[in-house]
Amino acid sequence: MESTLNNFTIQVGTVNGSGSQSANLILLRSIFNMGVPCNGKNLFPSNIAGLPTWFTIRVDERGYACRSRDVDICVAMNENTIDADVAELRPGSVLVYNEALAYKPRREDLVVYACPFTTLAGKVTTDPKLKKLVTNMVYVGVLQELLGLDPVAVEQAVQRQFARKAKAVALNLGALREGAAYAREKLRKKDPFRLETRNLTAGKILIEGNAAAAMGALFGGCTLCAWYPITPSSSLPEAFIEFARKHRHDKDGKAKYAVIQAEDEIASLGMVLGGGWAGARAMTSTSGPGISLMSEFAGLGYYTETPGVVFDIQRAGPSTGLPTRTAQGDILKVAYLSHGDTQHIVLLPASVEECFDFGMAAFDLADRFQTPVFVLSDLDLGLNVWMSDPFKYPEKPLDRGKVLSEEDLNRVGKFERYRDVDGDGVPYRTLPGNPHPLAGWFARGSGHNEAAQYTEKPGDYKRMLDRLAKKFETASQQVPAPILQNGGDTRVGLLAYGTSHWAVVESRDQLSASGIQTDYLRLRALPLNGAVERFLAEHERVYVVEQNQTGQMLSILRIHYPAHTSKLASVLHYDGMPIDAACITEQIVAAEKECAD
Amino acid sequence: MTLTLTETTKANVNRIGLAKNDYKGSRSTLCAGCGHDAITGHIISAFYELGIEPHRVAKFSGIGCSSKTPTYFLSRSHGFNSVHGRMPALATGALAVNHKLIGIGVSGDGDSASIGLNHMCQIFRRNVKMLYIVENNGVYGLTKGQFSATADVGSKQKGGSLNDYEPIDTCALAIELGCGYVARSFSGDGKQLVPLLKGALSHDGLSFIDIISPCVTFNNHEGSTKSYDFVKDNDIRLQELGFVSHYEPITVDYEEGTTKRVELPDGSYLILRKLDRDYDPFSKKLALSTLADARLSNQLLTGLLYLEKNRPSLDTRLNLPDRPLVELGEDDLRPPRAVLEQLMESYK
Repeated sequence: MESTLNNFTIQVGTVNGSGSQSANLILLRSIFNMGVPCNGKNLFPSNIAGLPTWFTIRVDERGYACRSRDVDICVAMNENTIDADVAELRPGSVLVYNEALAYKPRREDLVVYACPFTTLAGKVTTDPKLKKLVTNMVYVGVLQELLGLDPVAVEQAVQRQFARKAKAVALNLGALREGAAYAREKLRKKDPFRLETRNLTAGKILIEGNAAAAMGALFGGCTLCAWYPITPSSSLPEAFIEFARKHRHDKDGKAKYAVIQAEDEIASLGMVLGGGWAGARAMTSTSGPGISLMSEFAGLGYYTETPGVVFDIQRAGPSTGLPTRTAQGDILKVAYLSHGDTQHIVLLPASVEECFDFGMAAFDLADRFQTPVFVLSDLDLGLNVWMSDPFKYPEKPLDRGKVLSEEDLNRVGKFERYRDVDGDGVPYRTLPGNPHPLAGWFARGSGHNEAAQYTEKPGDYKRMLDRLAKKFETASQQVPAPILQNGGDTRVGLLAYGTSHWAVVESRDQLSASGIQTDYLRLRALPLNGAVERFLAEHERVYVVEQNQTGQMLSILRIHYPAHTSKLASVLHYDGMPIDAACITEQIVAAEKECAD
Repeated sequence: MTLTLTETTKANVNRIGLAKNDYKGSRSTLCAGCGHDAITGHIISAFYELGIEPHRVAKFSGIGCSSKTPTYFLSRSHGFNSVHGRMPALATGALAVNHKLIGIGVSGDGDSASIGLNHMCQIFRRNVKMLYIVENNGVYGLTKGQFSATADVGSKQKGGSLNDYEPIDTCALAIELGCGYVARSFSGDGKQLVPLLKGALSHDGLSFIDIISPCVTFNNHEGSTKSYDFVKDNDIRLQELGFVSHYEPITVDYEEGTTKRVELPDGSYLILRKLDRDYDPFSKKLALSTLADARLSNQLLTGLLYLEKNRPSLDTRLNLPDRPLVELGEDDLRPPRAVLEQLMESYK
């Protein structure tokens, strides 16, 4: 039997709230500890306990990190989903299931391992509650034996998961060893999937995007976090609170930050703009429904030119939608959020490293351009565990933008809040508390002139809008630039952003293997700039890959580059699951075939 | 005895050398005779007489006639006219990051009692240190006279229709939700309002003043319960008020039993002189029952309704350093390289 080494997908089906997450993370971390690249995706219901949940680990020493459509090893711990889980398996896949479930294997084309998980767990504890929790650890033990997990790597993972609490470590290791012993003695290896130690994860980290973004906010100098709980965003402010508690107190124990749990998302953004206007770095974090509520304040921020940072951890919508499933469905709304002629700086992180980097950069851009900046992550990036290089400490100091101090005002001798002094569309501002007699000004969402005075004059209003447009033109040159990957002399372009990136990376290799060479431009921010137009101009066909139903980024490209509209085609994925490579490859192969015909 | 208030500033400048004009703003665009303009005048007097440096003040408002008024006073201060009903959120954010600012929020009954009711309630709970004024005329003025949520049952609209719905008493809400300085007044009663404003600015926490401010255009007719005539006929003052600032010598005579001197956190005093009833502003229960009784008998009670001095304000609860967050530099804001390295180790 030929081995499939370090390249397979494990899916564990459990019951939400049964303690399976510890076992799943230990399994993931054990593989990582063996030096084999992997990442973990949690597919969970909108429920606290009782409904089915799945955890998928993709092991891939080539480094592909997107979701794999096919499951190679299915661990079935949930009676309610085992039939459906098994039905989806390809022939030759592995089924490990709990014998205690009312289930009779019917498929002959699978490698089936039946294990008495509950009985084995009973050997290490008689406490019914603990027994339920450690039952999940037994399957880790079984997989350790079946896949060849290094016991040292596993033990390290257990130690880490239970923060070296001796009692919990001993209990869980006990359950794990029961599973391993059972597999060693009773199960005969009949499948090809194996793990072998590599040195591909040395120095790397495993982290969720929300923690990475919160860390970005910490190092980006955020001092005000105003937020309202919403899935899948809440873990971002919660991580910020945790980091700030540890790393942002002064020697007297005082907090050098403020966290306010607001009454709703409207108030969250209101507080952020209040904080930004007063001179602080302020953020909020939300998801689609919260974005809708923030719409009016977003326009006020745009027009009064007030800095602030909004993280949007996108989920499937509309309305409540699928709050625990992923999507890239807010991009079109956020790009122009609010009424009237608004536009926003939008950052599009694809990786946990970019969550950190853009988490910091967002505050610099907000201060530099005096406007709300949106960071569009998604549930897949925010809540799932990704492998990454460690984050790099910022080399550049904080950019606080054009703020005039009392001394500055003494020197220049005049101040008009909305005057384009430098010709880049970005005016100067003063902060409340500035004692200079010229410093005071009044921010208003209604018509204003260069001196921030109320006006309804047509010329004044138009001039202000045109200057704002110029400001965003300047911003387009300073937001994170798109990244181009050339596939050689090719006429086919791929354009993607955010987490779709990982599926595009794998799909391009699949396409290349089937004779389709592609160039790839990954967008990292709005407003778009000339690099995007050049890419459109240089290619005959451009496939825009995104995780929504309506081709939202494609719509934005159409607005900005109408001359290239006929070249654009959508490659879409929108069922709530993270996009996979095969879905892109299939759509492009079919489209290219149509072109050739 | 007579209650005489001392004026330390006999000259045309106050104790920091500024003239009253230095506290004014741009010309009002409200209707002639609007109660809001009178309130603007009283705000100017309070800030001028207290000798507050304008640059230390931050003005906030929502949307509506009342929310326009922050441009009509303290033009040297920074101000932010935000969106409808959301003034409390904006002010909360700004004052959390700079708790040294003297915050004043001006709102209206539409702004605070309808679209922004939740935000108003939440700012009471959070006890943000600022002065929150509702200029209450019972109607939406800028949209031409629709009833607001503070209109009394049976109050008549200009077109003749009567209000059927229960009014929201913002002061009762404020008391219920933990606000420690709650007053009601009338735009035309500077003698009462100016000391209340000064007392509010000396309070350590949220101070809330609901000011009946007749809308001369849409709600000043017979049958309205927010008209000048109605207020004149039904205003019952809880006490006579005076204010002595912490930098003034106390020259007020007061008699035990009829006059109370209440010290405020900054060392200033409110002088409360008993009128018809013996009202204790320190009792939450009494304040709420007094308001309820007044409502049943169609009386407009004005004066200091409730005072609670030691509730921690938001900045205290946030455990903020004395130096405002906005003044922190990069060394304070960005943890050193070693912290990131340590964090990265913990994810390896």
